[in-house]
Amino acid sequence: MLERTQSGLATVGEVSAFALKAVREMFVPPFELRETVRQVYELGFRSAPLIAVSGLAVGVVLSMHTRASLEKFGAESLIPSGLAIALVRETGPLTAALLLSGRIGAGIGAELGAMRVTEQIDALEASAVDAFRYLVVTRVIACMIALPLLTTLMNFTGMLGGFIAERAATGMSLRLYFTRAFSLIEFADYVPATMKTMVFGFIIATMSSYLGFTTQSGTEGVGRASTRAVVLSSMLIIVSNVILVRLIFFMFPRAGA
Amino acid sequence: MAATAELERTDSAAPRDATAAAVRLESVSKAFGGRRVLEDVSFAVAEGSGFVILGRSGTGKSVTLRHIIGLVRPDAGRVFVEEDEISALSGPDLSRVRRKVGFLFQSAALFDSISVGENVAFPMRRHTDLKEADIIASAQAKLASVGLEREFDKMPGDLSGGMRKRAGLARALALDPRILLVDEPSAGLDPITADEIDDLLLGLKRRGGVTLVVVTHNMPSARKLGDRLLMLHEGRILAEGTPAEMDGSDNEIVRAFMASQHSG
Repeated sequence: MLERTQSGLATVGEVSAFALKAVREMFVPPFELRETVRQVYELGFRSAPLIAVSGLAVGVVLSMHTRASLEKFGAESLIPSGLAIALVRETGPLTAALLLSGRIGAGIGAELGAMRVTEQIDALEASAVDAFRYLVVTRVIACMIALPLLTTLMNFTGMLGGFIAERAATGMSLRLYFTRAFSLIEFADYVPATMKTMVFGFIIATMSSYLGFTTQSGTEGVGRASTRAVVLSSMLIIVSNVILVRLIFFMFPRAGA
Repeated sequence: MAATAELERTDSAAPRDATAAAVRLESVSKAFGGRRVLEDVSFAVAEGSGFVILGRSGTGKSVTLRHIIGLVRPDAGRVFVEEDEISALSGPDLSRVRRKVGFLFQSAALFDSISVGENVAFPMRRHTDLKEADIIASAQAKLASVGLEREFDKMPGDLSGGMRKRAGLARALALDPRILLVDEPSAGLDPITADEIDDLLLGLKRRGGVTLVVVTHNMPSARKLGDRLLMLHEGRILAEGTPAEMDGSDNEIVRAFMASQHSG
């Protein structure tokens, strides 16, 4: 039991050191611009269809639930703005982050894990390339750029999904729907909630990269790294979200109103 | 017990001047998780020579090779590449020394997300100011030198084991290194393909003056490539010398190993 605790604490220490190194290296030139752009495309742009379709479906479902509740009070006109606030403040960022921890987390864990067991990471180092900067820092920056953008996409498609549901239920026009949707949203609703996904991006990339980078035991280890990357990233996102929401309420009191 | 056999060194072909050594290890020891892998290993590799590290699986051969390019750092002792103590370097200084050394991995370790040609071009893109057209031309020339001129656009996954090894060799030679480290060149290859790889390596040494440090347990390959052989046993040097000297060794393990004809 003591041994397991010690080993667990050692791992936490290693992950923290790994994450701190990633932060430090982000600001030290030379920057791997070309690879970072490639990663934004691979991790971000190629995740867009998943986020767009999921956002649309979430918007439709949220709209149907909101209608069922607000109809009882004759407050159907609040559906677009209620849905928009729910999406922008919490549902969009958290859902996008959890979906991306699945797609990106598993991808990074498996890719770097496979590179480790097939000596490709050693080959990078042997080619006089700093593998940490080339593989990890680029992915961390790419995730921190991609998450807010994909969250914004999810918010938008979510609202579009809400519109489709409303249109089907009441025949509401697109203009009226979006006028109502944006009527109650302010800067303090969108910016802090979207920017917090940069932290989620950092968590997904560092956790998955760490697990991939430290993979052992061949292909079995790659599978394990991939699964753990998803599980641990998701857990850390959910836990850190509690702290971030508390922080946002403190710094932007309007966000909690 | 064989493991405790006395260190046997024959110095007839050893470099007299340590500064002329392309690679030098001084009393290197290394342990992983309490398990000692290398114990007080010292040797020098003369410039332009072929140096083969022999030994059974798990005796620390590959770890020795990894020390030379700084992938592993010694717990004790020092590792020199030419005049640079690579075991004490990091950051840009380490990169500078690594550029002088090519490494052919046992599995070839080609980057599987880019084409064979891009694999070879990769080190040139990173470390030279060559124009794009020159990089492509040079990568094609490197591939042609290992007989893979038509595989430039193929992905590594589409190549056979021998072709992968040759592509790995082309990449290792991308920056025209003065020293080439080769980990198990014959592993997983049929004898004919293994022989072809050996011929390529031999050509590099003879015509290009490249210093070869080769890890293998394949005796025909070791005899072909090695001007000097070193045998590791349980992390310690058991014997070192020319193939003829090793053949005449007093040590039973060395003689048995030298007499083996295992390939692949």
